[in-house]
Amino acid sequence: MNNPNSWFQFALYVGALLLVTKPLGLYLVQVLDARGRTWLDPVVRPVERLTYRLCGINPANEQGWIGYTFALLAFSLVGLLFTYFILRFQDHLPLNPQGLPGLTPHLAFNTAASFTTNTNWQSYSGESTMSYFSQMVALTIHNFTSAAVGIAIAAALVRGIARQTAQTIGNFWVDTVRVTYYLLVPVSVIFALFLVSQGIIQNFKPYTAAKTYEPYTIQVPKTDAAGKPVLAADGKTPVMVDQSVDTQTIVQGPMASQIAIKMLGTNGGGYVNANAAHPFENPTPLSNFFQILSIFAIPSALTYYLGRMVKNQRHGWAVWGAMFAMFVVGVLVCWKAEASGNPIHQQLGIAATDGNMEGKEVRFGIFNSALFATITTDASCGAVNSMHDSFTPLGGLVPLFNIETGEVIFGGVGAGLYGMLIFVILAVFIAGLMVGRTPEYLGKKIQAYDVKLVMLVLMVLAATILGFTAWASISTWGQAGLNNAGPHGFSEMLYAYSSAVGNNGSAFAGLTANPADGDPHWDTTLGIAMLIGRFLMIVPILALAGNLASKKLVPASAGTFKVEGLTFIVLLVGTVVLVGALTFLPGLAMGPVVEHYLMGAGKLF
Amino acid sequence: MKTFLAEIKTSVVLTLLFAVLLCGVYPLAIWAGAQALFADKANGSLVTDQAGAVRGSLLLAQSFTSDKYFQPRPSAAGTGYDATSSGGTNLGPTSQKLSDSIKAAVTTYRTANGLAADAPVPADAVTSSASGLDPHISVANAGLQSARVAKARNLPLPQVQALVTQTARDRDWGIFGEPSVNVLQLNLALDRLAAAP
Repeated sequence: MNNPNSWFQFALYVGALLLVTKPLGLYLVQVLDARGRTWLDPVVRPVERLTYRLCGINPANEQGWIGYTFALLAFSLVGLLFTYFILRFQDHLPLNPQGLPGLTPHLAFNTAASFTTNTNWQSYSGESTMSYFSQMVALTIHNFTSAAVGIAIAAALVRGIARQTAQTIGNFWVDTVRVTYYLLVPVSVIFALFLVSQGIIQNFKPYTAAKTYEPYTIQVPKTDAAGKPVLAADGKTPVMVDQSVDTQTIVQGPMASQIAIKMLGTNGGGYVNANAAHPFENPTPLSNFFQILSIFAIPSALTYYLGRMVKNQRHGWAVWGAMFAMFVVGVLVCWKAEASGNPIHQQLGIAATDGNMEGKEVRFGIFNSALFATITTDASCGAVNSMHDSFTPLGGLVPLFNIETGEVIFGGVGAGLYGMLIFVILAVFIAGLMVGRTPEYLGKKIQAYDVKLVMLVLMVLAATILGFTAWASISTWGQAGLNNAGPHGFSEMLYAYSSAVGNNGSAFAGLTANPADGDPHWDTTLGIAMLIGRFLMIVPILALAGNLASKKLVPASAGTFKVEGLTFIVLLVGTVVLVGALTFLPGLAMGPVVEHYLMGAGKLF
Repeated sequence: MKTFLAEIKTSVVLTLLFAVLLCGVYPLAIWAGAQALFADKANGSLVTDQAGAVRGSLLLAQSFTSDKYFQPRPSAAGTGYDATSSGGTNLGPTSQKLSDSIKAAVTTYRTANGLAADAPVPADAVTSSASGLDPHISVANAGLQSARVAKARNLPLPQVQALVTQTARDRDWGIFGEPSVNVLQLNLALDRLAAAP
């Protein structure tokens, strides 16, 4: 942290984020209005109209919250099945030069659920599992649609807040189509080409076999004529033989087009296993900078959209401020922990000034790894440019905690805003209790029904994370997946379900969720956790949107709690941290916190 | 229920339409643009020899073990530098296994490069990268390996050091990321030096 250059990079990041927030927010106002105008109209309008005609959508026809929810659920269900079947039968589909087999039912389910819910948890490694067709069609379609759907829901909730005595909250189809066509596709095109200029691949060639300069020897299990491993006399230990390796098989495929929307849509599902740490997916520090900027760009702009729509820009900025404060603290803690490094390894001779470089890339170094880890878990992105599993205990605590706040620190596209608005309503409710009057939020009375919906969301999510983690902890299948022993092993499980329910998708990636013996427990439970995390959040939120829309506005009075300024920011941050901390503190104490002290004592597992 | 079925129909048509536009037209457009503008990069920044055979990618680490070459970081990709199996060790800070492998790597590194038994070793030299394919090492790491390489090649040390300085890449725009040295690029430059009359 002594390097001024890193501070300068941090300042530039914040500056760039501020710079895009307002223009992109204003653009969103037009995109999320069925009659909005953008400079892309001449090109995109005809495609938009054609889409409505082909699909039988009447763009002038707004939906109530139930209609909106039905449309959303139908669209998600179709998308889920679409992806599931492509993955199952990718061996019968085109663009599979490596001849990769179809996926098992539980892995296909896990992956389809994962991409439909904008989680992008990956139980598989992309380069050895997915055909080009699966990457490009089965997965990329959700990179667009799950992002568009998220933004649509946020817009529906904001409309619910902004409107009074209204029966409708917008048209799901129009929102989804317009966000995709006017926002996601145009930005992705430019972004993808920029990424190629930095070194990301985009081709349809089979993998390239390179003859390396220095052959080297590895040990592989000996196999008999039938391909079965040969065992030693004890009948258990496989016999190992030397094998000379003189080729490196280089991954190819249509990567850039997928990576652009993977970041912009806060999806995070990597083309290859190492995700944005892989030199093909994130070749330069410059590509890294724009990738992390693209994660926060839309979530940040949505706070401006909120302010504009409710005609209280200061409220929008207050929400932004609360997110920003939590973001900065996360970065500083994670950065400090990683820069301090691991005393155990320093004892072995690693230069103390280098920090913890295990699982990090040289071109990014400590700061950009800590920054990326914080951003990707603040937002429900889940892409990684370093391996969180190998972070120091406190460095790894930050991403875990970020996810457990409910992904509201800027959060996923749309999901961050609607998640944060849940906390806003809770904060207003708490403030109302403190002064003893009916809480109001932007002129809407917050009543028992609203607070019940809010609490339903928060409790279901927490119970799902903790329940599944508890189950895995005491099960053979749960422990079989672990890569680390001791408290770190528990952290791997807690992280997995937090990530799934929070729809984040990053992992303490040592965890094997799709074991070679075909045990389906991890894949299945994580898949269910992701679906709960997405849909049991969205449905109550749309109900809330519908209920808020139907309310009358009451004029502000002297006693109205102001949802702007520092007091509100402090209250909002307090609500987020307390709800997150109180629910997950015992879990965190058993994982990263205790590990921190054990590391200090030099204990190894 | 009737509305739900109607929405299913809309969903199916929209999904198929999106599949064509977002998963067909869009990637193909990027492919066309990428191949026209940045063909070398779009195809993997491949390194070919004079015979035209592909020898690796400038972006991907490959194994170098002999003294006459600079050596990349340890790799946890597959059995090591396996570009179809990218990834890190994912071992945590209190892992015995990780501690053991770092301990061994530190000893090997000190012996190979003639360092004192208590000399601090650059972190990147003895830890596995996130991808297992990190093509770079730190400038300090390259500096410490220079003497070994110079000796193995019978080159004057300043010449090797100069090569390291030439190959080293500053932060992007002087700001972003960390300075780094691309191992494959450096080793190729060394081989060219040897081949030159």
